[in-house]
Amino acid sequence: MDFPPYYLDHLAGGRLIIGLIASIHVLINHPLAVGAYPLLVFMEWRGHKLNRPDLDQLAYRITFVVFLITTTVGALTGVGIWISTSLFAPFGIGSLLRVFFWGWFTEWIVFISEVILIMWWFLSWKKADTPDKKRKHIRIGVALAIMSWITMAIIVAVLGFMMRPGEWSQTRTFIDAVLNPLYLPQLLFRTSFAFMTGAVFIWFATFFFTKGKQGGARSWVVERLSHVVTVATIATAIFGIWYWQAVPESMQANKSVALLSQQFSHWHDKYQWILGATVITFFLVGVIGVTSGRLLPRWALLIPTFLGIWMLGHFERAREFMRKPWVIGDYMYSNGIREDELAFLQSEGILKHATYVTHREVTPENRIEAGQDVFMISCSRCHSTTGLNGVIEKFTTMYGEESWNDDGMMLFIQNMHQTRTFMPPFPGNEDEAKALAAYIQSLRGTGETLHGAQTVGIRLPEPAPSPPPSPKD
Amino acid sequence: MTSPDLFSILARTPVPRDLELPLPLPEPVLTVLLVLLFLLHIFFVNLMVGGTILVTFFEILGLRRPRWDELGYEIAKTVTVNKSLAVVLGIGPLLCINLLYTIQWYSANALTGHAWLLIIPLVTIAFLLAYLHKYTWHRWNTGRWKQLHLTIGLISLLLFLAIPVIFLANVNLMHFPSEWAKVKGFFSSLEPGNVFPRYVHFLLASIAIASLFMVGWFGRKSYPIERLEGFTRPGLKRLFLKGTAFPTAAQFIAGPLLLFTLPKVGITTSLYQVILAGASVGLLVTWLLFREIRKSDDHVGNRYIPICFLFSLVVLGMGSGRQIYRQAALSEHKQEIADRTASYESALAEFRATHEATDTEANSKPAGETLFANCAACHAPEIQLVGPSLAEIAEIYAGNPEGIVAWAKAPGKKRPQLPPMPPFNHLGDEALHSIAVFMLEKAGK
Repeated sequence: MDFPPYYLDHLAGGRLIIGLIASIHVLINHPLAVGAYPLLVFMEWRGHKLNRPDLDQLAYRITFVVFLITTTVGALTGVGIWISTSLFAPFGIGSLLRVFFWGWFTEWIVFISEVILIMWWFLSWKKADTPDKKRKHIRIGVALAIMSWITMAIIVAVLGFMMRPGEWSQTRTFIDAVLNPLYLPQLLFRTSFAFMTGAVFIWFATFFFTKGKQGGARSWVVERLSHVVTVATIATAIFGIWYWQAVPESMQANKSVALLSQQFSHWHDKYQWILGATVITFFLVGVIGVTSGRLLPRWALLIPTFLGIWMLGHFERAREFMRKPWVIGDYMYSNGIREDELAFLQSEGILKHATYVTHREVTPENRIEAGQDVFMISCSRCHSTTGLNGVIEKFTTMYGEESWNDDGMMLFIQNMHQTRTFMPPFPGNEDEAKALAAYIQSLRGTGETLHGAQTVGIRLPEPAPSPPPSPKD
Repeated sequence: MTSPDLFSILARTPVPRDLELPLPLPEPVLTVLLVLLFLLHIFFVNLMVGGTILVTFFEILGLRRPRWDELGYEIAKTVTVNKSLAVVLGIGPLLCINLLYTIQWYSANALTGHAWLLIIPLVTIAFLLAYLHKYTWHRWNTGRWKQLHLTIGLISLLLFLAIPVIFLANVNLMHFPSEWAKVKGFFSSLEPGNVFPRYVHFLLASIAIASLFMVGWFGRKSYPIERLEGFTRPGLKRLFLKGTAFPTAAQFIAGPLLLFTLPKVGITTSLYQVILAGASVGLLVTWLLFREIRKSDDHVGNRYIPICFLFSLVVLGMGSGRQIYRQAALSEHKQEIADRTASYESALAEFRATHEATDTEANSKPAGETLFANCAACHAPEIQLVGPSLAEIAEIYAGNPEGIVAWAKAPGKKRPQLPPMPPFNHLGDEALHSIAVFMLEKAGK
C-alpha cells in the first residue's frame, strides 16, 4: 500500500468504525432531514391556512429537536464518513473522488444551502409574525425540504456506482456512473422509507409535546400522519421489492458462485423477511392511526421504529456485502489493488513495489517480518489478526485446533478467491504467500497485537530504500 | 547534526506511488479553488473559535456586571450559526486538498490517525455543548446553576481550542515527508515544522476576525441595540475595533515568529514577496484601526467597509503565502512521486503487453486443469487442506468421475472435523466432468 496503514486490530482492521459512523448518519438523515422536514413544513403551512397556532407551535417544538440533532450528530457523522474513509481506505476514497468530483462538489453546494436554510428556517420562525412573513417563511421550509432530498439523491448515485459501475468501467464518465441500474429503485426506496419513518418520528414526538392533552393538535397529527405512514409504507414495500428484484440481476455481474451465492441467498431471504415485517408493522400503525388513532399507545410506535432501524442497517450491510471483493467494481479491490495490476504483482511480488514495508524481498530469515508486511498490505483492510474477522479465526474454522500445514495454507491463500468470490485474489507471489502463512502461524503462537502506523509509525526498508526497481530485473 | 545522519534521514523519505486515475480538474484550477475555499472555511472557523473566546470572556466579566453577560449571550447566538457554516464549508477545501496532495494529505491523516478520527466526536460534543450553553443562558443564571452554565461554556471553549491543533498538525506534517519516519503517534507529529507558532497566529486571527465581524454585527442599523442595556452602538463599535486592532498588532510579533520558524524546505523569494506585501497592507489596516478607535461617537466605524476590504487582502496574502510555501516544500516530493508512478505504470504496461501475448498459450491447457483452480483452495494432490486430498478422493471415486460430479453438485457432510463443501452447480455438468477426470488423472500419477 502506498499510504501509511491506519489499522485497528481486533476491530476487523477498523472498518467497523466507518460502518458505525455511516449508519448513524443514515439513521438521522433519512427520518429527520429527508422525511421530517417536509412534514414539519406541511404542519406549519396547515397551521397557517387553518389559523391554528397550536399546530404551528407543535411543529416549532418538534423542529427544535430535529434542528439540534441534524446540525450536530447528523452533520458531523456526514463529515465523519470523509474522515474515516480517508483513514481506512485512502486509495478507495481518493480514487472515487477523482471519478465523482463533480457529484460531490454539487452535493457540497446543495449541502451548504441545506445548512443555511435549516438555520434560516428555524431561527426566523418566531420572527414571522405577519401573514406575509409567514408565507415567506413557509417557502424557506419548502426549499429546505427540496435541498435535503437532493443531497440524498446525489449520494445515492455514488453508493449505487460503487456497487455496480455499469458502463463506467468502459467509458469512465460521470453520467454513466449516475445511471447505474440500481439507482432508481434505491432512491425511491430510501425516499419512501424516509417519509414512513419521519412521520412516525413526528407522531412519537407529538405524544411527548402534548402530554395529557387528547384532541387538538395531537389528533390532527395522528390523523394526517397516519395517512402519510400508510401511503409511504405501501411505497416502501413496492420499491423495496423492486430493489430486491434488481439486486440479484446486478449480482450476476459479479459472477456469483458457491459460497457467495449461499451467503447472498441467506442475506436476500433475511431482507425479504425484515422488509415484510417492517412494512406490515408500519402499515398496521398507519391503518390503526387512520381508523382509531386514540387507541394507539405511545410505546406501540417504538416497534416499527426499531424494525425500521434494523431494516435500514441490513440494507446498508448488503451494499457493503455485494460490493465485495471490490471497493470500486471491476476496477479496484477492497485492499486497494487494481484489477489491471494484479497479474503483474503476482508475478513480480507485491513487496518489491510497496512503499511502507521492511523488506522488499522474502528470505528465510525475514519471512515472518515480511509476512506481517504482506498481511498489512493485502489483508488488513478487512481482517484483524486474532480479533473480529481475524485470520486466526478463519483458519481455525477450516483447519480446526490441530497443527496447520504450511503448504496447505499457502495453496489456500493463493486460490481462495476461486471459491470465496467475495475475497480479492492474493496479490503477491509464491514466496509472499509462504511468508504470509509463516506470519499467520507465528501469530497463532504469540497472539501478538498488530499495530498500525498511527501508533508505531511507518515501516521502511533498512538501511536505505533500493532505487525504484526497473521492470527488467 | 552530522552529515551521515542527514543523509540517512533524507534517504528515508518515503516516495509512494500516486493513484492512477487522472485529476478531475487541471492542477492550477484546483489550487485556486483550494486557496479560496480554504479561506472561506477558515473565516467561519475564526468566527466560531474567536466568537467562543469572546462569549466566555464576557460571561466571566458579566459575573460582576450583568450588562457584559447579555453581550456574551448576543455573541453566543451568532456562534451557533457560524459553527455550522464552519463545518459545512470545510468539505470543499478538504476535497481539493485530497485531490492535489493525495499522498501527503492522507499520509498525514494516517500518522495522526487516532486524533484525526477523534475530530468527529469532539466536534459533535462541542456543538451540543454550545447549544446547551446558548439555550440555557437565561434559565441557568443564578448561583450554582450559573457556575454550571459557565463550566459548560468553558468545556466547549476548550474543545474549540483543541480541535484546531489536530488540523494544524495535519496541515503541518503533510509538508515534511522526510520527517514521517520519525512520527509515532499524534504528539510526536507535533514535533516537525512549527505547529505552535501557527497555532498562536491562528488564535490571534480568530479573535481579530470575530471582533471585526462584531463591529459590523452590532454596528448595523437594523440591530436592535436597545436589547443591550448599558451599551451604545458607537461604544460597541469601538470595543470591537479594539478587539480587532490589538490582536492584529500582535501578529507583527507572531507573524515573523511563524515565518522564521518555518523549515527552510519551502522558503522561496516569492514567499517573502507575498508575505511582505500582505504584511504591509496589514500595517496599513492596523494604523486605520487605531485611528478609527480614536474617532468621535459620530464617526467611529465609518471606515468599516474599506477596513474589511483591506483586511481580506491581508488574509488573501497570507493564504496565498501558505500555498506558495506548500508548493515549494513539496515540489521535489511530488516530482519523485510522479517519476516513480510513471516508471511503475510503464513497467506494468510492458508486463501486460507481453502477458497478453502469452495468455493464449495458457488457454491451451486442458480444460480440466484450468478449471481445477476452482477447487485448489481446498483440495491438494497429497495433503489434506480444507477438504480431503486428491489421493483420498481417487480412492473413493476410482473410475467413477460421475460420482465426483454428483457430489460437487450437491455435497453432503461426511467428515465431522471439516467444514462442509459448498455446491458447484454453477460450473455446469460438462466443466465438472472435465475437472473430475483431471482430478482422477492427477491422483493416479
